[in-house]
Amino acid sequence: MLSSTSAAAAEFARRRQSPVQRIQNQLHGHPWLSPLFLLVITFVIFSILNPRFASPNAQSLLLQQVAVVACLAIGQTLIILTAGIDLSVGAITILAMMIMASLAANNGVPGWLAILIGIGLAVAGGFLNGFLVTRVGLPPFIVTLGTLSIFTAVALLYSGGSSIQNNRLPAIINWTGETFKIGKFNITVGVIMVLLLYCIVGFALTQTAWGRHIFAVGDDIESARLSGVASKRILLSVYTVAGLIYGFAAWIQIGRAGSATANGIPDANLDSITAVVIGGTSLFGGRGGLIGSLLGALIVGSFTLGLSLAGVDQQWRLFAIGVLVIVAVSVDQWIRKVKA
Amino acid sequence: MSTMEKLPLAIDHIPDSKHAVYDAEPILSARDLVITFGRVIGLDGVNLDLYRGEVLAVIGDNGAGKSTLIKCLTGAYQQDSGEVYLDGQPVSFKRPQDARENGIETVYQQLAVIPALDIASNLYLAREERRPGPLGSVLRMLDKKGMKQRAGDAVQKLGIQTIQNMGQAVETLSGGQRQAVAVARAAAFGSKVVVLDEPTAALGVKESGMVLDMVKQLRDSGLAIILISHNMPHVWEVADRIHIQRLGGCAGVITPQSHDMGEGVAVMTGAKTLPS
Repeated sequence: MLSSTSAAAAEFARRRQSPVQRIQNQLHGHPWLSPLFLLVITFVIFSILNPRFASPNAQSLLLQQVAVVACLAIGQTLIILTAGIDLSVGAITILAMMIMASLAANNGVPGWLAILIGIGLAVAGGFLNGFLVTRVGLPPFIVTLGTLSIFTAVALLYSGGSSIQNNRLPAIINWTGETFKIGKFNITVGVIMVLLLYCIVGFALTQTAWGRHIFAVGDDIESARLSGVASKRILLSVYTVAGLIYGFAAWIQIGRAGSATANGIPDANLDSITAVVIGGTSLFGGRGGLIGSLLGALIVGSFTLGLSLAGVDQQWRLFAIGVLVIVAVSVDQWIRKVKA
Repeated sequence: MSTMEKLPLAIDHIPDSKHAVYDAEPILSARDLVITFGRVIGLDGVNLDLYRGEVLAVIGDNGAGKSTLIKCLTGAYQQDSGEVYLDGQPVSFKRPQDARENGIETVYQQLAVIPALDIASNLYLAREERRPGPLGSVLRMLDKKGMKQRAGDAVQKLGIQTIQNMGQAVETLSGGQRQAVAVARAAAFGSKVVVLDEPTAALGVKESGMVLDMVKQLRDSGLAIILISHNMPHVWEVADRIHIQRLGGCAGVITPQSHDMGEGVAVMTGAKTLPS
């Protein structure tokens, strides 16, 4: 009796899947394949519209332009994987940026110490978010909506709305903006730093128990808790690590922009979320990964650069990004319906 | 060393195959458990003995104290008075993790498996194993291949046949297979007692049959199993002894052979009382 049902099941497993079903299965196992595919198409289309897009100069510029958002997307990915969201990402980054620059330029604090304090403050900001989510039990959307305003206000109050140019900053703070050549590409230290962060956090996410617990908590927090996973501790650690990442992003942003201003990264919040979503990580938690977010950031950046090189109005960029997000979420829904 | 007396078994005649089971000392015992919630009496002096290699079903109407009893035994509640003994030694569990560390595992009604992860990851959730050497201790790298291998071995040793591929994502499994994963996780790590809370509640006929077969296999491999269930046919099919809770106390312990389902339900609802 059991053998006939397992034979029928085996028959089903061996069934010839239509190409669509095969693609669906592959995407399910490797969610970063669809953003990769999208990135390639984007590259091809914009290269056709303006061959300069494919040049090493343009691609180098692309990498530099997306470095900060890609960095923020690391922290945002971790948080979204736990079925949370961080609206305060830009605010924490700006606060860290202003503190870093101001301490070094106005208070004579040595560069390395200013960086450390700035990053430390970003960690504290992330910790505050995590604390409010886990101990007070507020939904992440609400918490980060509140801290978004709080951190932005603190940054504005502290900086008085003024900006600090990089000629007043010590070399180590500007170091992330230094470029060097790899073949025909101009790579900044900041870009390398972001890629390194992707490797480190990606390793932790895929090769350690901490990473697995993040997926477990995001997929079904109650089941994770009943299974013995320290759910609250995982959540707290995720928000805190995200804060650390935002601190590095602040350092990279100063190097890239050549200055520290309170409105240096106006679209950081939405752009980081967009990169994560386009990259295949589900807003409902538990599914996705870091590679996708890097690809997502590159796709968004490619649209910006590609459209401007093609002479198209920047307003279309917003339109295109909006369409991309909806397509990405729809594909995610479709992938979830796979049959093994 | 224990001066505690074994409770009467309620089995008229122990079949030869079961002598080894019931001649041994109980693995888990409770004596005079009392717990109150304000003015409500949860447990009113309940006694229980559980032996290795048996399935003890706990049945009772809602509010009779089944869940309360189990929660006292597994550390989710602390009783107000009374003793719990594990392997003859008095124990006092402050939280479920304590009970788990002592070999008492619970499979909750909602299963507590993570659909996004694969079977091996679920089996090893919260007890992941790292690679040997510096890769494991310094970098904290997981031994994924090893865990997958050992998960497969454990499942095979438990005689569970419904799950084969340890790399399969749990979300693709049927209800009965997910139940198998949950039970395998409870049974695979050297546990002494496995508590199953309504394991067939959400399953159809065929899958319930598979789960009950699995329960029998676990019992035959020497585990002690407590089965909470409202499903009388399933209880009568798989239980060795049946502990009936009523109004916070034990209304009696029967066996599928000594009483039929109708009589069991009658005791449960108070329509019939057993001679004590």
